[in-house]
Amino acid sequence: MITTAALVVLLPFLAAVAGLLGSRWPRHVRGDHPGGAQTGPERAEAERADLAAGRRAAWIAVVPTAVSAVLAVWLAFTRWAESGHDPGGPFPFEAGGGTPGAVTGTLTVIDTGSVPISLGLLVDGLAATIGVLVTLVALAVQTYSVGYLHGDRRYPSYSAFISLFTSAMLLVVYAADLLVLYVGWEIMGLCSYLLIGHWWEDRANSRAAVKAFLVTRLGDVGFLFGIFVLGTAAGSFRIADVLAAVPGMSSGTVVAATMLLLAGVAGKSAQVPLHTWLPDAMAGPTPISALIHAATMVAAGIFIVARLHPAFLAAGPTLDVLAVLAALGMLGAALAALAQDDLKRVLAYSTISQLAYMAAALAAGSDSAAVFHLVTHGAFKALLFLCAGAVIHAVGSNLMSAMGGLRRELPVTFATMTIGFAALMGLPPASGFFSKDEVLVAVERAVAQGPLTDAAALLLYGSALATVAVTGAYATRAWLRTFFGQRAVVALPEPAPGVAHVIDTREAPATMRWPLIVLAVPALLLGFAGLSGVHWGTAALSVAVALLGAGAVYAVWRSDPLSDPARMLGPFRVPCERAFYADSAYRALFARPVLALARLVVRTDDRVVDGAVRGSGRAALGLSGLVRLTQNGNAQLYVTGLLAGVLLIAVGAVVFG
Amino acid sequence: MHVVYPAVVSALLFSIGVYGVLARRNTILVLMSVELMLNAVNLNLVAFDVWLRDRLHGGQVLTLFVIVIAAAEVGLGLAIILALYRNRRTVDLDRLRALAEPAPGDGAASPAPGRETAARAEETP
Amino acid sequence: MTEAVPSYLSPTGQEIVFLLLGAMAVGSALLVVTTRQLVHAALWLVVCFGALAGCYLVLTAEFVAWVQVLIYVGAVIVLLLFGIMLTRAPIGRTADLDSGNRAVAAVVAVATAAVLVTVVVDGFRNAYAPLDPGAGSAGELGSAIFRNWVLPFEALSVLLLAALIGAIVISRTDIRGRD
Repeated sequence: MITTAALVVLLPFLAAVAGLLGSRWPRHVRGDHPGGAQTGPERAEAERADLAAGRRAAWIAVVPTAVSAVLAVWLAFTRWAESGHDPGGPFPFEAGGGTPGAVTGTLTVIDTGSVPISLGLLVDGLAATIGVLVTLVALAVQTYSVGYLHGDRRYPSYSAFISLFTSAMLLVVYAADLLVLYVGWEIMGLCSYLLIGHWWEDRANSRAAVKAFLVTRLGDVGFLFGIFVLGTAAGSFRIADVLAAVPGMSSGTVVAATMLLLAGVAGKSAQVPLHTWLPDAMAGPTPISALIHAATMVAAGIFIVARLHPAFLAAGPTLDVLAVLAALGMLGAALAALAQDDLKRVLAYSTISQLAYMAAALAAGSDSAAVFHLVTHGAFKALLFLCAGAVIHAVGSNLMSAMGGLRRELPVTFATMTIGFAALMGLPPASGFFSKDEVLVAVERAVAQGPLTDAAALLLYGSALATVAVTGAYATRAWLRTFFGQRAVVALPEPAPGVAHVIDTREAPATMRWPLIVLAVPALLLGFAGLSGVHWGTAALSVAVALLGAGAVYAVWRSDPLSDPARMLGPFRVPCERAFYADSAYRALFARPVLALARLVVRTDDRVVDGAVRGSGRAALGLSGLVRLTQNGNAQLYVTGLLAGVLLIAVGAVVFG
Repeated sequence: MHVVYPAVVSALLFSIGVYGVLARRNTILVLMSVELMLNAVNLNLVAFDVWLRDRLHGGQVLTLFVIVIAAAEVGLGLAIILALYRNRRTVDLDRLRALAEPAPGDGAASPAPGRETAARAEETP
Repeated sequence: MTEAVPSYLSPTGQEIVFLLLGAMAVGSALLVVTTRQLVHAALWLVVCFGALAGCYLVLTAEFVAWVQVLIYVGAVIVLLLFGIMLTRAPIGRTADLDSGNRAVAAVVAVATAAVLVTVVVDGFRNAYAPLDPGAGSAGELGSAIFRNWVLPFEALSVLLLAALIGAIVISRTDIRGRD
């Protein structure tokens, strides 16, 4: 079983290596910039070579991922069969790494002198479930990318990075050791940076990539130190050992460690203080948004909390902080999603909001609900992003004001995206309904009992209910604005070279269409897998609230189909659109002072440090100029000086001697 | 005879010689001033020889030696001055600036005049 | 020697003669370094050297005095005059015999004089040398040189020879160094 897990992790990695090294080998023909000074035949040759490299890279990327997905599914199935169908939980998943039945394998133990690092993998219910999610979404995204980035010169490296990313995420999922996990965690950050900046010719894209990199790195520092605290306190970095040692730790240690881990979680999962990178990360290609920023990478943060949930349960203050962050994040992000015009940004904010739901479930003490929602959300959010990619592919713009009335032109996309939005709103029978119900039930229970303080639990519950309504509203708004009403006639600018917004008003190609259909199935039906008992009261309440929000938007839209239903927000619209000025606040609070400080340092360096050096040089030159006045070659003057000196010495000798 | 008298006369002569060496421009005058200084020393030597009643007459013998050396020095010095005059067409001390470093700005482009004339003198056999 | 120091207020005849000759030497030396005419400087130098020779005589160093007259007045001055002639020095009054260094030179010279005179007067105030005629005669000096100072004397002769050759080599233009 461990061998299979290792294969699951390694196959995409090998695909990445092969894709990076082998796509253009052995011909090495590189198409330079298309506008360059190449003659016609050479250019055609280069383009042909690019296409050939793209085709080869596509095979290299898709096949190992598919094999990996098959293996992951097999792994999950055997796991599920062995664990005896797990009648207690709503989903085939067991909490924690210390549960019996978890299979671990260790390749080698690296002796570091203090706490050893064990290179090992761990397969339990949680890992197997998330592994299936990751590989399937990655497979869908790889397939979809073949069509989406057809003809892109950098497609080979792009697909290789996706493979590397998949491998890293799988390493996080299957890791048995916190430091091994951290390796995958950091590789994901790197790949995220590379993929967001795929179209780096546009300055905004590379800025977004740098922003994502820096913000997540900020959290990762805390994460690493949290690992250190846990590892040194437990005397081992193995997850099982750490969790076993948690009850014996002092509460201060646990709180400190989990707080530090929480920083990394907030960075990776785009929770409130560190969420600003995610909307900007939509600068990357849409499949990347689907893969990284909806289904997998942001899920890593939630996954970590679920993985180390016993430690978090032992740290009450951390859970309170998590609850407050989740409450703020879900409602704020949902409101921001309601006001955005960019379809992908709507989905990005909705991702933040849904991740906050998972964080809420974790804070409320129910990791199974969180993971259930994580899986369903992974499915339907990947679906939504891929659909959005199809829409953007057809329209050539990200802005919803340029869309409208697309349901006749893109019937497949319309159907699948409707399923996705239904799941997002939590309408039965889509998967989101069941998972959101679980989350809400968990939060409701937390109000009565649980690790949270009453105030945090109440805040969380109220926020969750309000967010259900707002979610319904923004999902409805996006749905209506995209597929209904009249086609907005907007003169689209010709896409800049290197920007792969290929305008094609027909339905997307097959490689893009099939992943939509395939993903729509779990988005619709995955909820039934965890169907153990729907809490009808809560479910009815949430559906009613969601329909209330949707209905309000529908009413506003009906009155004037051409204008944006976001106008019902009134004066709050601009703050929502700006995501409550978080970016501006960060710019004013951190970026500007840092820049000012940098300028000050530069000026200090220039004026003071270099100035001292230059000044001493100038002073030495001036003084030596004075001295060289005496060096005029007149021997008499020299002798005069000599005799005067002798005289002074003689006087000194006479007077003092 | 008080020893102070010849000693003071000698000190004054020596100082005058110093002034001449430092203040005169013509090299031959400088040479004369050097002779003045030597004579001041000679006077001292003789005076102290007399005062100390030296059996070996070290002071007076040394005076004779100094006179001889001074003669040789004048001969050599004049030979040098003549060579200088042949090369530079001048015997003015303050126009012999070969010891100076070139002024900033005209470093390699125009060497000091002394060096230039020296080069020219070497060309002429 | 120091206990029987006669008073400075009652000079002997020798002292008076010595002081007069000394004043003459100092005065002519001053003229040597201040005159505006090159040839006059050489001539004043003759006077100075002659006065010094007189001083030697008063100090009973008669052989030194004659050698002074012979070599300095006879040879050195003639050499200097030849040098003046050969360098085509201007005959007559010239204004530029002094360099710009004059003020500094005067300061240094006066300071030297002050220091030396002060030290000498302070040091030899009580020293008195009774004069003994014949002590510096040619016989005395000759026996001293050729008994006790023969080796320096011979070395000196070699030095003179070397100086002679050197002067010839330097002043002749048809002898070139090995390139």
